[in-house]
Amino acid sequence: MAKFKMHILVCGGTGCTASKSQEIADRLKSNLLEKGLENEVQVILTGCFGFCEKGPIVKIMPDNTFYTEVKPEDAQEIIEEHIIKGRKVTRLLYTDPDKKEHVADAKHMGFYKKQLRIALRNCGFIDPENIGEYIACDGYAAVAKCLTEMTPEQVINEIKLSGLRGRGGGGFPTGMKWEIASKNHADQKYVVCNADEGDPGAFMDRSILEGDPHSIIEAMTINGYAIGATKGLVYIRAEYPLAIHRLQVAIAQAREYGVLGNNLFGTDFNFDIELRYGAGAFVCGEETALIHSMEGKRGEPTFKPPFPAQSGYLQKPTNVNNVETYANIPIIILKGANWFNKIGTEKSKGTKVFALAGQINNVGLIEVPMGITLREVIYEIGGGIKGGRQFKAVQTGGPSGGCLTEKHLDTPIDYDNLIAAGSMMGSGGMVVMDETSCMVAIAKFYLEFTCEESCGKCSPCRIGNKRMLEILDKITKGNGTMEDLENLKNLAGVIKDTALCGLGQTSPNPILSTLTNFWDEYVEHVQDKKCRAGACKSLMRYVIDQSVCVGCTACARNCPVNAIQGEKKTPHTINLELCIKCGTCIEKCKFNAISIQ
Amino acid sequence: MAQIKSLKDLESFKNSVKEQIDTRVKGNQDGLVQIKVAMATCGISAGAKSIYNYFLEKVDEKKLDVVVYQTDCMGRCNEEPTVEVALPNQESIIFGNVDKAKVDEILEKYGK
Ligand SMILES: Cc1cc2nc3c(=O)[nH]c(=O)nc-3n(C[C@H](O)[C@H](O)[C@H](O)COP(=O)(O)O)c2cc1C
Ligand code: SF4
Ligand code: SF4
Ligand code: SF4
Ligand code: FES
Ligand code: FES
Repeated sequence: MAKFKMHILVCGGTGCTASKSQEIADRLKSNLLEKGLENEVQVILTGCFGFCEKGPIVKIMPDNTFYTEVKPEDAQEIIEEHIIKGRKVTRLLYTDPDKKEHVADAKHMGFYKKQLRIALRNCGFIDPENIGEYIACDGYAAVAKCLTEMTPEQVINEIKLSGLRGRGGGGFPTGMKWEIASKNHADQKYVVCNADEGDPGAFMDRSILEGDPHSIIEAMTINGYAIGATKGLVYIRAEYPLAIHRLQVAIAQAREYGVLGNNLFGTDFNFDIELRYGAGAFVCGEETALIHSMEGKRGEPTFKPPFPAQSGYLQKPTNVNNVETYANIPIIILKGANWFNKIGTEKSKGTKVFALAGQINNVGLIEVPMGITLREVIYEIGGGIKGGRQFKAVQTGGPSGGCLTEKHLDTPIDYDNLIAAGSMMGSGGMVVMDETSCMVAIAKFYLEFTCEESCGKCSPCRIGNKRMLEILDKITKGNGTMEDLENLKNLAGVIKDTALCGLGQTSPNPILSTLTNFWDEYVEHVQDKKCRAGACKSLMRYVIDQSVCVGCTACARNCPVNAIQGEKKTPHTINLELCIKCGTCIEKCKFNAISIQ
Repeated sequence: MAQIKSLKDLESFKNSVKEQIDTRVKGNQDGLVQIKVAMATCGISAGAKSIYNYFLEKVDEKKLDVVVYQTDCMGRCNEEPTVEVALPNQESIIFGNVDKAKVDEILEKYGK
């Protein structure tokens, strides 16, 4: 095959596909054809670059030019200017939020500088639907090495030595999990990849499956060899159609090339993979519920033990790992445990992928070494708080996690430090909040999610969380008492201790951590009926400054509920009983006489 | 496609497809010598395109760890084709009136 001088990488992840990246790729190709450049320049649809909010992304190689928010109409200019004349299309370059300057290439973007891409190594780099590109990047070399040069025990020892811990939330040591599963004997064992990804806002697993599906197939095969399983199942939510498609294509190609199926690499080891679809309930991501759901039963958790490694799918020993955990496996085998365990902190090795979101300049999917500080993530990768506002908190761990504050900015991020700070790693949600976020409202948001997703099997979670939500609602409406705050603390403790599964056991975390870190704010809501962030609508009071109001009547005429009284040319007043806080009067007053208190 | 049935099969298949991603791999690598050929209007008419192609050809032939790409005009119309050689952590060096002999010279000196 001819060697292409230039490669145009077009993001084919879910976000960019939704904003027409396929059409961009098609137009680029037809423009190249028109110019007779189709044998010199190649267009490739890749997985996600992590910069979805500024998508569609187009990256030119080898010069690393990074174009953002590209439209199909821009294709012609990219070809005529950049590809033919070597002249970058400046208006499509990323603009640095600090310096307001265009950044010429990805290597100079703050967003990428501090990242270390291990699990995402091939995302945004190869064509996920082409097994050849995966193999060109050392794909399937790890499984070949395991099968032909290593014993299952050696594979397990390598993973143990690497220090890899589960990325699905719990952080359980992966090598140890494999060892347990390998020691339970049975006529059939199973390997399950958990691609349920129920955390609101998380999309790392989806991106890995879309951008590098073969790495998961390879890792599951290695897992099968290590524990003595010949069957793999991927439990994936049905709302991920693109990820499902890419996995199906990859599985078909892997079978065709003989790297999945019988007698792999000339050995007597057989392995195959099937997909199982989930309906997208959060609790189905919990491993026992997931297994029940795969068996066609209700997706409800059951008490552990027995652990899946003892009695899992169809009562057989089953090893469940998360997508991102798997994505690390092949490269650990190839580069060695001693390469991997030098990255990260003492007890958390390697990297973690986070979905960085919230009031921050650069949002997106990032992969950083364990031990990086929140400050580096927020101010260097994230480019700082939007609009130059003040940082207030960062939520990690989603509905099972908590909030970190200013005082945690320089804490190295790893499993143990996050737990010590009252939060957790979770699956990698990271929401940055500024002074306009109300911490009581945030706690309420996550609790609403938990209540919605509780399977209802046990009462602490089903009833207790409802009660806590009622109390939070009362507080945000300005009707809370100090006794409510005490009750909240007590309830949270009881639920944590008595709920059956991880969902209920961790559901009080967002409340407990905000109670600890933002106690003053709770008290303010209760005693002063005040929300300093101005987020709790019920606590807002619209007031007309009597010394500024000229009595023009504009506000009164526009108030939808006639809450404003006053004679013409005399100061007006707002009847707070009637006011529905719609904000119309503020907009209408030309004299800035109305404010929110 | 013949099936991959051994480590050797995998390696030979890898070697057959490795070239496909070479341009990307080099682009991603840090610390490589970068050669930028100016392709502005006058550069192209002065033969920059054939110089760019010749660079690529030679780098491939000699298997050098060098990235070659096109760039915008350098504002030196009278010396086209111009080429910038960017060495890792050093000031770039600019060459004017580059012809094939000069390409060989540049690669001899800076290519690795
Ligand atoms: C309520 C709940 C939801 C979960 N959701 C997921 C999920 O979406 N994806 C996932 O990989 N693990 C999820 N887990 C964790 C799994 O139970 C299990 O620990 C994990 O898949 C093991 O893989 P790992 O060791 O590679 O992390 C969830 C746990 C709980 C309690
Ligand atoms: S804790 Fe909640 S989600 Fe878990 S079993 Fe009980 S009711 Fe269901
Ligand atoms: S906020 Fe709306 S409802 Fe309240 S006084 Fe102003 S216009 Fe009327
Ligand atoms: S619009 Fe402003 S100035 Fe006019 S009556 Fe209302 S508060 Fe007073
Ligand atoms: S989907 Fe394109 S950058 Fe994420
Ligand atoms: S056009 Fe001649 S140097 Fe720019």
